[in-house]
Amino acid sequence: MELSDLDQALLGGDFGRAASKAMSLLVRYGEAVGASEFISITSAHIDGCLYHGPSSIDFAEAFSQLGGRILVPTTLNVAAVDVVHPGWNRGPPEVIEAQLHLTALYESLGCLATLTCAPYQRMIRPRLGEHVAWAESNAIVFANSVLGARTDRYGDFTDLCAALTGRVPLSGLHREEERRPQLVLRVPAWADTTLSTEVYFGCVGYVVGERSRGRVPYILGLPEDATEDSLKAVGSAAASSGSLALFHAAGITPEAGACDVSGIAVETITSDELSGAAGRLCPLEVGEPLAAVCLGTPHFSIAEFGALAHALDGRRKDPAVEIYVSTSREIEAAVSQSFQFAPLRSYDVKIVVDTCTYLAPVVRQLEGAIVTNSVKFAHYGPGNLRRRVGLMSLERCLRSADLGRVAP
Amino acid sequence: MKRLPIQPVVRGRATGPLALLQQPLSLWGGLDIESGVIVDANHRDRGLSLKGRVVAMREARGSSSSSSALVEAARNGVAPAAIILSRLDPILAIGGLVALELYGRVIPIALVAEADWSDLANGTLVQVIADSDDAYLDFQEP
Repeated sequence: MELSDLDQALLGGDFGRAASKAMSLLVRYGEAVGASEFISITSAHIDGCLYHGPSSIDFAEAFSQLGGRILVPTTLNVAAVDVVHPGWNRGPPEVIEAQLHLTALYESLGCLATLTCAPYQRMIRPRLGEHVAWAESNAIVFANSVLGARTDRYGDFTDLCAALTGRVPLSGLHREEERRPQLVLRVPAWADTTLSTEVYFGCVGYVVGERSRGRVPYILGLPEDATEDSLKAVGSAAASSGSLALFHAAGITPEAGACDVSGIAVETITSDELSGAAGRLCPLEVGEPLAAVCLGTPHFSIAEFGALAHALDGRRKDPAVEIYVSTSREIEAAVSQSFQFAPLRSYDVKIVVDTCTYLAPVVRQLEGAIVTNSVKFAHYGPGNLRRRVGLMSLERCLRSADLGRVAP
Repeated sequence: MKRLPIQPVVRGRATGPLALLQQPLSLWGGLDIESGVIVDANHRDRGLSLKGRVVAMREARGSSSSSSALVEAARNGVAPAAIILSRLDPILAIGGLVALELYGRVIPIALVAEADWSDLANGTLVQVIADSDDAYLDFQEP
């Protein structure tokens, strides 16, 4: 790799030993991914703050002990457990101590303990063309596709090295030519499917992610008035079923207008394919006992809380069924302080912060199904939690909660 | 013995039986990092152990935490012996580099040309020689 004066200074220790160590790893990484030079970034979002085991601590500690300090504004992704509500934790109790230690290590490096997978909702919104180093698959897709910022698919460890140096290899989706569409997918209009709108957007993402096989898709046919929450559902689903990190959607995403797709054959995704994906993501039977409704994967937005409050106003759930919504502490504070969200409290909605219920087990009943309107939850939940999980519309989730059983 | 050229991503040498996955796997959320067994409920190879295997999948999938899952699996001694892809994956690449950096575990990662992919046969004992630019896979005859 060709190193600039700045890169040499970082490597040589002018910015401290931690930055030097981070730069050394980034050079090896840059060579591994075939880059020839480095570029600067304006922010980082770190996924390595989620505790997976001693290696999470070992890595952060190596930089903390060298007195490391981040060089660009850096936010933290979700943690392994909600430390604000430790009593809800049904996972191993020792994870709470380990996670507190890991979060403190990242804070000691200068990172903001935002602990959210959706920093783009209110906290940090990079502009069109801005280079950033974000980890967390759904945040990567959102930053690239919806905001038009430029981040490659960063994983744990690269994220911290980028934050400590402000540099990343010029590789992957930082490069103009890698952002061009490589396939064109026409999706059916929502009205031509049998799905609810939420399940429609999620399943479009799920099938697009499978079909794209690592390539950048250009999507035709998504409704032009799709909200950011709908696009969040598309991206998070596509990054679960595949390795999608950028999509263009005609008439919607900021770079779509400049895409030349004239030479690419249009492939069609059928309504049956979407229904097939919805079916695979909901292997539950009508009438089977329900333990909980889990929402907020990725983290719920203010608008989604508003829609939920509206939908459950005046309803009463079966008392045995729990309802959990995952979000950031910051959005939780806004929700808990506003009268507009009073129906959440009378319905006994539990707001999980810092983490997400598809990775941190919270549901009290050990038997019974979990229902969700999130494709990402329905995709990862069964493997992570070893539970039966079903994808359905918010309305059907709430009807199921009323009955205490999976509603038709 | 059949030999196939590869392009090294994370350098090193390894030997193991080839686990040719039927679809991409996200190591985080897809692999039990304490046992090395695939737990993704929707994966066609669910239940398969990847411990000590040379794992081949065309491209990676899913989570940014897959690098941590690879390193933690390596720390637990249940990681794949090597990973073969046809499309570069930056998340697995950093996982391989950090497994070496933190724990001295060598997990070579290399790319096979798409045209050669059909030469990969499940279960064959394969040697991954990826410690220089002249990198290749050697297959033991069944």
